[in-house]
Amino acid sequence: MPTLFCQKTFSLAFWSRVFVSIPIFMGVVALLTCSTRAEEVRNPFSGDPKAAKAGEFEFRINCAFCHGLGARGGGRGPDLTRAHKRHGDSDAELFQNISQGIPGTVMPANGTNGQGVGMTDDEIWQIIAYLRSIQMQAPAKSIGNAAHGKELFYGDANCSSCHMVEGKGGRLGPDLTAVGTARTVDSLIESVRIPSQRLAWGLTESTKEFAQEYETVTVVTADGHEIKGVTLNEDQFSLQMMDTSERVHLFEKDKLRSFQKSRKSLMPAYNQSILSDQDLDDIVAYLLSVNTK
Amino acid sequence: MNRLSGILLLIVGVLVVEAPAQVTFERLINASKEPQNWLTYSGDYAGSRFSSLDQVNTANAHSLMAKWVYQTAATGKFETTPLVVDGILYATAQDDRAFALDARTGRPIWMYQHQLPSDIRPCCGRVNRGLAILRDKVFLGTLDAHVIALDAKTGNIIWDVAAVDYKQGYSFTLAPLVVKNIVILGVSGGEYGIRGFIDAYDADTGKRKWRFYTVPGPGEPGHDTWEGDSWKIGGAPAWVTGVYDPGTDQLFWPTGNPSPSNRGEGRAGDNLYSNSLLALDADTGKLNWYFQFTKHDEHDWDATQVPIMIDSGGKHLIAQANRNGFFYVLDRTTGKLLSTNAYARITWSDSKDAEGRPVANNQSSPTPEGRTVCPGALGATNWMSPSFDSRTGLFYVTAREQCDIFSTAPQPYEVGHAYYGSAYFPSDKAEPYWGALRAIDPATGQVKWEFRHLSPTWSGVLSTAGGLLLTGDAEGNFIALDASSGKPLWHFQMGGAVYASPMSFAVDGKQYVAIASGSSLYAFGLP
Repeated sequence: MPTLFCQKTFSLAFWSRVFVSIPIFMGVVALLTCSTRAEEVRNPFSGDPKAAKAGEFEFRINCAFCHGLGARGGGRGPDLTRAHKRHGDSDAELFQNISQGIPGTVMPANGTNGQGVGMTDDEIWQIIAYLRSIQMQAPAKSIGNAAHGKELFYGDANCSSCHMVEGKGGRLGPDLTAVGTARTVDSLIESVRIPSQRLAWGLTESTKEFAQEYETVTVVTADGHEIKGVTLNEDQFSLQMMDTSERVHLFEKDKLRSFQKSRKSLMPAYNQSILSDQDLDDIVAYLLSVNTK
Repeated sequence: MNRLSGILLLIVGVLVVEAPAQVTFERLINASKEPQNWLTYSGDYAGSRFSSLDQVNTANAHSLMAKWVYQTAATGKFETTPLVVDGILYATAQDDRAFALDARTGRPIWMYQHQLPSDIRPCCGRVNRGLAILRDKVFLGTLDAHVIALDAKTGNIIWDVAAVDYKQGYSFTLAPLVVKNIVILGVSGGEYGIRGFIDAYDADTGKRKWRFYTVPGPGEPGHDTWEGDSWKIGGAPAWVTGVYDPGTDQLFWPTGNPSPSNRGEGRAGDNLYSNSLLALDADTGKLNWYFQFTKHDEHDWDATQVPIMIDSGGKHLIAQANRNGFFYVLDRTTGKLLSTNAYARITWSDSKDAEGRPVANNQSSPTPEGRTVCPGALGATNWMSPSFDSRTGLFYVTAREQCDIFSTAPQPYEVGHAYYGSAYFPSDKAEPYWGALRAIDPATGQVKWEFRHLSPTWSGVLSTAGGLLLTGDAEGNFIALDASSGKPLWHFQMGGAVYASPMSFAVDGKQYVAIASGSSLYAFGLP
């Protein structure tokens, strides 16, 4: 029964009971025991086509909102048909990620996004069976020259003036360290060619505590200064923004002379005359190569 | 003997005087005569969510300040509307907690937490929307489909009955409604292929007095609106607190979506009484009339919005701003539709039937590839309470502007498992979702004004005799508006998104407005 025990330890209800009913050090022992055993966890539906089919429907209902209908990635969630997944490829890791969510990302724990009913353990395993059934066996072929892409990113293409990768670069646009594992190639290309097509997606509502979408904002202060930049956060009454010189400004909206927001990105559209298809492929290859260890 | 009787009478007299917390049915009927208390989920039987307190008003709302904060130590959506009776506040929190507080200070008097089994699977969070009270008991419906009577002074369990097997996907999330000596609840579970019902329990014993199945069985009228055996798993939950008309002794209770929610294949027909308003005899649960807002629904557009009884020009009306985007006014004596007007963006209907009911066009059914429809899956509004202020004559509702792609996902029914038959996504062309508080004139059905929210909120609305509207937003603000114009007068950042409807009460002559936000219950008042 070790498998069952470990599955149980993935549930919040279980931990609340553990911490209520037994001394904490016992809980720690259970955790250590289980993290060792988790490596042995295998999908009980492994290779079962019927379970994979059931998993496909579960996936549509619970996952496709972010990961797209065919699991090839949506605006928010990564392409899950790739054999290598940033947060783990093993059955145990996939189960853990679906069941508990992934801290530091918008991936919510099972049943906590406020929109679904949550899945049973079996249903999660069915989804994993589905993902295995559509997984591309060979890693995606590199589409360009990552080393050259890196040169362009920090050099002629000027990406790093606004974007950071692994701690180096600008702050006005999203940190792109993880973008290669989170987005499809198509959406990366679209974001460079037509940046305003789709701003960084806001988080789903239930997790929308901090919904940075990099909307362009222009304010005129009471004393007539015009400031342009991106929104960091906003509510009905206040605005937190970064201007194009990376200065952070905090405003109460009713004290501003004017306040305008636009979904036309501050990022210039890189057309073929500015950035050739080959150079863009190289930059995408660089982004895909980052943070894949 | 005479002398002894006299003494006994005296003692009884003294006892009556010393037991002001006894909430009788007469007090519930006449709730408007004691505006310092909030005795039912919607504040009165009509569903108005209106407070006739006016100490806090348009002139002084700018000076509102937090008076106390109670933290539940629970996570997830905090959806309660508290009750207040003679200085004591009774409310619920996530995971089926119930508690009583000193309403002046927020200090706890008792706390009860229902022991939930680990395998409950509520669709939309471990939520609860509140309690009902009668005499010395408060009543709680739980996520494992129990109905529990607690001692109002201690939180001790007086009785606890299981309404139905929760493992089939049934639960209670709503605040019960007490009428006479019965406790009425509608069940949740429209995502699990349940067969919905509304139950009434004896307040003293917990014995069930009646059950009305919202999906008719064989031989019952309406049964033929279901294909084959689909009625057995037809859904039609009733998960929002209904209203009661003492004049005709009728309950008006709204129902939810047919199951599976977004796939009509396999359940051909109108699917009665899903997405309907039911007029039920309070004593027997017998159906007097029904009105179905959305026939054969394929978009999860539950009609589970609190309807409001409005008496105007000698007419006895009932109005609902429905999740499908239309505002309906019915004659509540007959159930006849009087008017319907869109109050939010809709694309699913462009014509009306002979009764005046909007009917679906041929571009609205979900397909495997997906089809964009407005309103989206969460509706033009949802369970958050509307409010009606007879002085402004306006019906206030929290609206949501969101269109979604609806795609079918055929799914076999399995007992107790999620059963949507569908998936939905934000439309590719979608603007960011947004929301608004809209003021509708029930006489014309027109939106008079709106207060735009930055993003959609799950907060309901309270109107008060002080000329105020109170509401919360998804960014954590509690906001007071002028009820005649929608102009914002005051706000406070509470630090957590609002998934609840505000209410008001007074203790020692001081008015408070209260709302749940994040994991905290806030009470505000004047300095």
